[in-house]
Amino acid sequence: MFSRILSCDPPRSTLLAVILALIFVGLLTAPYVFPTLQALSVAVKIMVFIVLVASFDILLGYTGIISFAHTMYFGIGAYGIAIASSWMGPTWTALLVGLAIALLVSCLIAGIIAIFSLRIRAVFFSMITLAVAAAFQTLAAQLSDFTGGEDGITFRLPQQLSAAFKYFDYPFSGSAAGFNGQLACYYLLFATCTLCFLTILRIVNSPFGRVLQAIRENEFRAEAIGYRVLLYRAVAALLSAVFATVAGAMLAIWLRYNGPETTLSFEIMIDVVLITMIGGVGTIYGSVIGSVVFLVAQNYLRDLLLSAEQFSASVPLLGRLLSPDRWLLWLGVLFVLSVYFFSSGIVGHLRERTRNQERSHK
Amino acid sequence: MDWKPLAIVIAIALISLALIGSPATWLTLTIAGLAMGMILFLAASGLTLVFGLMDVLNFGHGIFIAIGAFVASTLLGYLYAAGAGGGFWSDAVILLVAAIASMVVAGIAGWCFERLIVKTVYGDHLKQILVTTGGLIIGIELNKVIWGSAQRSLNLPESWRGSLSIAGVSAEKYRLAAIVLGAIVFGAMAWTFSRTKIGLLIRAGVQDREMVESFGYRISTLFVIVFVAGSALAGFGGLMWGLFQQNITAEMGAQLNILIFIVIIIGGLGSVPGALTGAVLIGLSTNYVGFLFPIASQFANIGVMVLILIWRPQGLFPVASSRGQG
Amino acid sequence: MTGELLRLDNVHTDIGSYRILHGVDLTVPRSGLTMLLGRNGAGKTTTLRTIMGLWRASTGSIGFNGKNIAGLSTPHIARQGIAYVPETMGIFSDLSVAQNMVIAARSARGVEDIDAARLRKIFRFFPAIEKFWSYPAGKLSGGQKQMLAIARAMVEPRDLLLIDEPTKGLAPSILENLVEAFEDLKGSGTTILMVEQNVQLAERLGDTVAVMDNGRIVHEGSMKAFAGDDSLKRSLLGLSL
Repeated sequence: MFSRILSCDPPRSTLLAVILALIFVGLLTAPYVFPTLQALSVAVKIMVFIVLVASFDILLGYTGIISFAHTMYFGIGAYGIAIASSWMGPTWTALLVGLAIALLVSCLIAGIIAIFSLRIRAVFFSMITLAVAAAFQTLAAQLSDFTGGEDGITFRLPQQLSAAFKYFDYPFSGSAAGFNGQLACYYLLFATCTLCFLTILRIVNSPFGRVLQAIRENEFRAEAIGYRVLLYRAVAALLSAVFATVAGAMLAIWLRYNGPETTLSFEIMIDVVLITMIGGVGTIYGSVIGSVVFLVAQNYLRDLLLSAEQFSASVPLLGRLLSPDRWLLWLGVLFVLSVYFFSSGIVGHLRERTRNQERSHK
Repeated sequence: MDWKPLAIVIAIALISLALIGSPATWLTLTIAGLAMGMILFLAASGLTLVFGLMDVLNFGHGIFIAIGAFVASTLLGYLYAAGAGGGFWSDAVILLVAAIASMVVAGIAGWCFERLIVKTVYGDHLKQILVTTGGLIIGIELNKVIWGSAQRSLNLPESWRGSLSIAGVSAEKYRLAAIVLGAIVFGAMAWTFSRTKIGLLIRAGVQDREMVESFGYRISTLFVIVFVAGSALAGFGGLMWGLFQQNITAEMGAQLNILIFIVIIIGGLGSVPGALTGAVLIGLSTNYVGFLFPIASQFANIGVMVLILIWRPQGLFPVASSRGQG
Repeated sequence: MTGELLRLDNVHTDIGSYRILHGVDLTVPRSGLTMLLGRNGAGKTTTLRTIMGLWRASTGSIGFNGKNIAGLSTPHIARQGIAYVPETMGIFSDLSVAQNMVIAARSARGVEDIDAARLRKIFRFFPAIEKFWSYPAGKLSGGQKQMLAIARAMVEPRDLLLIDEPTKGLAPSILENLVEAFEDLKGSGTTILMVEQNVQLAERLGDTVAVMDNGRIVHEGSMKAFAGDDSLKRSLLGLSL
């Protein structure tokens, strides 16, 4: 039964399966095991990134395309929720309408980009997506009437999802607030994340997904066999955009805010690519492991850098290198190193270990 | 000579004249556009050759632009403080010194970048994109470590500011100088590519790398030369851009990267005349659209690129390459 | 040893996951024209490219003038004195005919440096080269491009010429120009290894012959013996003569 749920794409490594199970349980019980708000926020961010990175992996890992416009769909999802909620008021209808419109817009844009990329050289694609993403971010910041400009939009959620709304007084722990709207929100996002993840797993293991893999292995041969490579890539791009949009909606719902920097920044794009690589390109499970590793590290590493900076304040250059403001520098170094050494990611390495163990046991 | 792209540039200029109405305004915008185009060309020419010759997508090209600008700004700071300059020509010498310094440092940075980062990912476009993007981020952050994250001003010397009056129209001195300089650089490149053997080798290499190697030339050495020269030119472009904008930030390279990508895509990867045409097109359209429809200015450049690609999917001057990529 | 210029020993070449050459043993004697014959797909072009270093031999050795050149880079191999004329000719169509020649003449910095005597000879064999000297090479006809490709290999002295199917689709008149040029090259002591599909031409020009099939050499010997043996030709090349 487990195999069916996981779309016949099991972790293929006991250690990996254990880790994944732990993460699942950890996220499921986070509000009770890690009751601080900071921990909860990290947990939500992890769930959002699982969906976002998995959607990116469809493109990078299964089609071999790198699109820098991925954060655009992330932002569209978030803005959809934000704009709808602030215009239509904090109702469930607003959330649904916002999500629906966001999905529509994302599909439209992804479709246009896909059709356009049929005509142009493959090498142009990444550069063009970079340009489009940058223009979109500036546009979002400029259309202040619509998007709240640089400051973004703050909005309220339906009553059932707000912290003040109490469902019942009996949690499993001593959490004073009981089971309230905020926890309901958390579990809504948890369910969404799980659903999206399993759907993506199903997609890449479907006949459609197998063709994508064939294209990734040998595009020429796939085309020769008769698959319209460009068409498959276009559909993959569309699916990728859809899930990225959902991830954006998830984030907006939790933060009750969205602005250009929250979802459209280049740093987020880099984070996504890096997590994909750390986790393992083309594995989908990599999005889970990668997100957890990266976001936990990011959270607590900033504090580490802060203390490191204070330590090395006497050595001027070192101090500036270790400043938490220079987090991106170390991110960049990690990024470059992972391209060289981490090509199969954590998931890849774990699977390799299992394969080697099995071989040596035979 | 393929005259159609040139005709398009002229057509755009004339249409804009009709839309703008006032010839004086149009002339100011056109000069600004041409100057911007020339500066973009300087920064872009190296990148398009690097791709054409060695099939390498370098997303980190913007670093050299920023390095050039920052090195120049530091040097100019010292020189001004030391009381150098004063007249038009002595200031020109100072700017020349700054330009040479930025080119040398940017060139050295280019050499390091090629040996450390680019060389290891020949032949794999995906890895190139990833690694050079990482390199770009590292470069920007190191820039901030060395020079701080605040914006810096990069000012023209006093004698170079202001405008000249030509036939009743005032044109900024610096912009005219930029146009002249850009034309000189382009002329020098054209001369190199048609009259020197190394120029011939580069052109031949862009077309058919294997054949050039079969004649006994080490293309990898050629490539390093082109990469370093391209980085140096980018550094020079950075200095010019900084003076154009009057200020510089560590992110300027990343921002210009995007414009440059658009320029070389429009021009056709591997083509220097294409880079020039693309740069002039972008410079002009940015200025015209910025004046006529400010709201659309964000997407104007992308719009131009899309239109050109619909017409010629390989760019304006596709280089006849034997590699057969699609 | 003095008799042979080039010697391939048990050379295997893979392209991707496909093995194309399955142990090629080939000897090319000095100062003659060796014809490399065989059906399409036998591995003739792959052999030339492997010698030139454009494709890496996975095993085996390639001895040139006694030195093993297998594994060297292509520019290094070329500098040993080997010129390569691929089937696709490799003309730099963006450059003029003159500029093509300048590139081919490694020691020349410009057109003035090209050996005048050699150039005169080239003009004699290939008048079109002189006629279209300043034209973009891309504007030449197919036959003229082929002449330019051969001319480039002749502009400086080389020990070995690797030529891949030079006569394909050429008009008879141009063919004659090429044959004259090849005879002259032979006379000057240059060794030629040529892949050809045209058996009559091969018999006319070749001194030695090697036949390939399925990535191996299946026959080596003098051209005279080969030309006179109809049953051998039929079995090796599937020709009905």
